[in-house]
Amino acid sequence: MKKPDISISAYFLIAVIALYAVTAAAGPGLAVRALESSYTVFLRIAYIFVLIYLLTAGFNYFVSPESVKKHLGTSSGAKRWAISIAGGIISTGPIYMWYPFLRELKKGGVGYGFIATFLYNRAVKIPLLPVIIFYFGIKFTAVLTVVMILMSVVQGIIFEKFEKEGML
Amino acid sequence: MNSSDRERLKDSLARAGRSLYNSLPVLAGTILLIGLANAVVPKSVYGRIFTKFAILDTLTGAFAGSILAGNPITSYILSGEFLSQGVSLYAVTAFMVAWVTVGVVQYPAESMMLGKRFSTLRNISSFVLAIITAIITVSVVGML
Repeated sequence: MKKPDISISAYFLIAVIALYAVTAAAGPGLAVRALESSYTVFLRIAYIFVLIYLLTAGFNYFVSPESVKKHLGTSSGAKRWAISIAGGIISTGPIYMWYPFLRELKKGGVGYGFIATFLYNRAVKIPLLPVIIFYFGIKFTAVLTVVMILMSVVQGIIFEKFEKEGML
Repeated sequence: MNSSDRERLKDSLARAGRSLYNSLPVLAGTILLIGLANAVVPKSVYGRIFTKFAILDTLTGAFAGSILAGNPITSYILSGEFLSQGVSLYAVTAFMVAWVTVGVVQYPAESMMLGKRFSTLRNISSFVLAIITAIITVSVVGML
């Protein structure tokens, strides 16, 4: 018989439910208060998921991973930095899915600096910005995004130096 | 909109739906965990972990963010809740940035694919940059 396919994330949810069961056994009132608190958090952020869905669909429609790969592999100079930043921001899916492609780029002569910049910008996720704006406000979100993009270039430049010095 | 565009739109909507659907167990678990923490953990505990010394709190936040992993949205929700518990913005920002830039969990795969030295230096520098990013961001926001 085939084993049911349970992902790690499902195990996480099961573990949390088990924690609730333990809490309920220790004090039912506490578990009820926890559920009420969760419900309040959910109500506060529920509409953001609709926004995330629409933004993710928009990105999927207008930007394909193939176009990112094509531009990152063929551009040069300042344009490649810009492509590296944009590519990191708009790349989707788990990070490990991008490792083989980045390794191929490296073999094709792309420097570690650009790869580091690409990886750092994976942290900037435009479809998820509504969540940060909701909790921290537009001013904080805008400053954080700009600082992170600048830091990605700083990291890229550091790695270029490392590579030139033969440290990598 | 021609039929090819319609197909692409349908596919984009379906992929976005699948992506959100696949994240549901983690998101539901995170929200339930936050509720549990709100009910069970007294607010004074956060005060004991985070000292109100900006540099130390930022380090603690970056360290915690580095060892935890998962969807970025989880870190945003957790960070927002930490902030409402009185944790400093420096610590919360460092936590959020380290969560998404330092990959302790992905380190083995990254080092196999891109080289051990590159991955080690990238993760260490990302940890340091998370602290610098937090300090610059909070300082600039404070000035605006």
